[in-house]
Amino acid sequence: MSNFARNFGLSRRALLTSMAAVAAFPTAGFAFSESQAEALIDKVVGDINAIINSGKSEAAMYVDFERTLVRYADMPNISRSVVGPPARSASAAQMAAFTKAFQTYIARKYGSRFREFIGGKIEVNTTQKVNSIYDVRCTAILKGEPPFAISFIVADKSGKFIDLTIEGISLLKSERAEIGAMLDKVGGSIDKLTASLA
Amino acid sequence: MIKFNVIRLAPILIVAFLAACSNPNSMGGINDPYEETNRSWHDTNVALDRAVIKPVSTAYGTVVPDPLRKGLANVSDTLSIPGTVVNDVLQVQFGDAVHNSARFLVNATVGIAGLFDPATSMGLEPRDSDFGETLHRWGVGEGAYVVLPVYGPSTERDALGLVVDIALDPIGHVFGTPEKSYKTGLKVAKLADTRYRYSDLYESLVYDSADGYAQMRLTYLDNRHYALGTPIGAGDSAEGQATPYDIYEDFYE
Repeated sequence: MSNFARNFGLSRRALLTSMAAVAAFPTAGFAFSESQAEALIDKVVGDINAIINSGKSEAAMYVDFERTLVRYADMPNISRSVVGPPARSASAAQMAAFTKAFQTYIARKYGSRFREFIGGKIEVNTTQKVNSIYDVRCTAILKGEPPFAISFIVADKSGKFIDLTIEGISLLKSERAEIGAMLDKVGGSIDKLTASLA
Repeated sequence: MIKFNVIRLAPILIVAFLAACSNPNSMGGINDPYEETNRSWHDTNVALDRAVIKPVSTAYGTVVPDPLRKGLANVSDTLSIPGTVVNDVLQVQFGDAVHNSARFLVNATVGIAGLFDPATSMGLEPRDSDFGETLHRWGVGEGAYVVLPVYGPSTERDALGLVVDIALDPIGHVFGTPEKSYKTGLKVAKLADTRYRYSDLYESLVYDSADGYAQMRLTYLDNRHYALGTPIGAGDSAEGQATPYDIYEDFYE
C-alpha cells in the first residue's frame, strides 16, 4: 500500500507522463485490483491539481475538469443513478442528452469548489476493497484549514469512480436528492430536466 | 441560588428521551417523521439567516481582521475542551481524555488563554466529542431527524446531547455570570466567523439547491454518522439495516 503526497504545481513533464499513462490505461470493464484503483485515483488527483494550477480562466477550467470526469468517472451510470427509476423508461437518446448536461453541471458546480484547493494538496492514503467497490481514502490538506478526509469510490465492474465522499458526505447521494427534487419540479420530464441543467 | 444538579437530572432526561424514541419508524434510511414541522423550522431559520445572521457575519468578517477572528474562535474552542473531556470520561475513552486535557493545558498557557493553538502542531490536534456521541456509545439510537430553532439540523439524540452538554460544562460551573456571558459571546463570534468563512459553501447548499431542506438533512446525517463512526446510509443504530457501502451494491443493474 503506497503512501504518497502529490503537490499541486505539477511540472509539464509530470503532466505529460501522466497523460501518457492515461493513454495506456485500459478502459475495458474487467476486475480491478486495489493498486489499480489507487493508481486511477492518483491520476485523478494529479489531473485536478494540474487544472487548478493551470492559471486558465474559470470557464476553461470547467471544460478541463469535465474532460477529467468523463475519463475517470462512470458518468453514464452515475447519471442513471441520480435520475433513479425514471431512467429505465427513458430512451437512450434522452439519457445521452441528460448525461452530457449533467457532466457539464457537475463540472461547473464542483469545479468552482476546487478553486479553494489552490496551494493545498491531496494525499492518497489507503485503499480498501468492500464488496464490489474500492474505497480509496485520501486526505485533503488545504491552506489555513484543518485536514479533512475524502474518499473516491471506484467500482470494480467499470474500473472508474462512481462517488466522492467528503467527511462522510456522499456526492452521489447528494446529487440523487438534488436531481430528484429538480425532476419533481418539472413534473418528471427528463427532457425538461436536461434543459434545466443547462 | 439553586445549584443545578446535572448528575441527578441526566438519568431522568435520558429515560424520558428513550421513551420518546423507542419507536423509530425509519423507512429506507432517513428517519424524519416530523418532516412538516422540520421544514417549517428550516424555512424560519433560513429567513433568520437572510435577515440577521448573514448580514451580521458579513459585517464581522469584513470589519474584524482574520487573525483576530481566528484567535477568538480559538479561545471559544479552548473553553469547550473541559466539556469534551467530561464526555471522553463518560465514554471511557481515557486516551482521548488525557489528549484533550493536555491540549487544554497547552493552549490555555502557551497559547495565551487560548488565543493561539500551539497544541495542534505538537500533535495534540482537536478531538471533539459531545454528549450526543456519549449517548451513541451508550447504545442510544439516534431517533428522528429534527430541525431546531436557530441551531438548525439535529436528531432527537443530539438535541438531548446539546442540552446536557450545556448543563455539564465545567467552565459554566467554575465561572460566574459575567464570564459565562463572555463565553457565549465568544461562541457567537465563532459561529459568525464560520458562517463568513464558508459562506459560498453554505449558500450553495441551502440557497441554491432545488431542495435546500433535503440537502441540509442529508449532509448533516451523513457527516454525523461519519463523525460517530457509524456506517454511511445507516439509519437508527437499533435498526442496524444498511452498511456504509450498501448504496453502491445496486449501482450496476
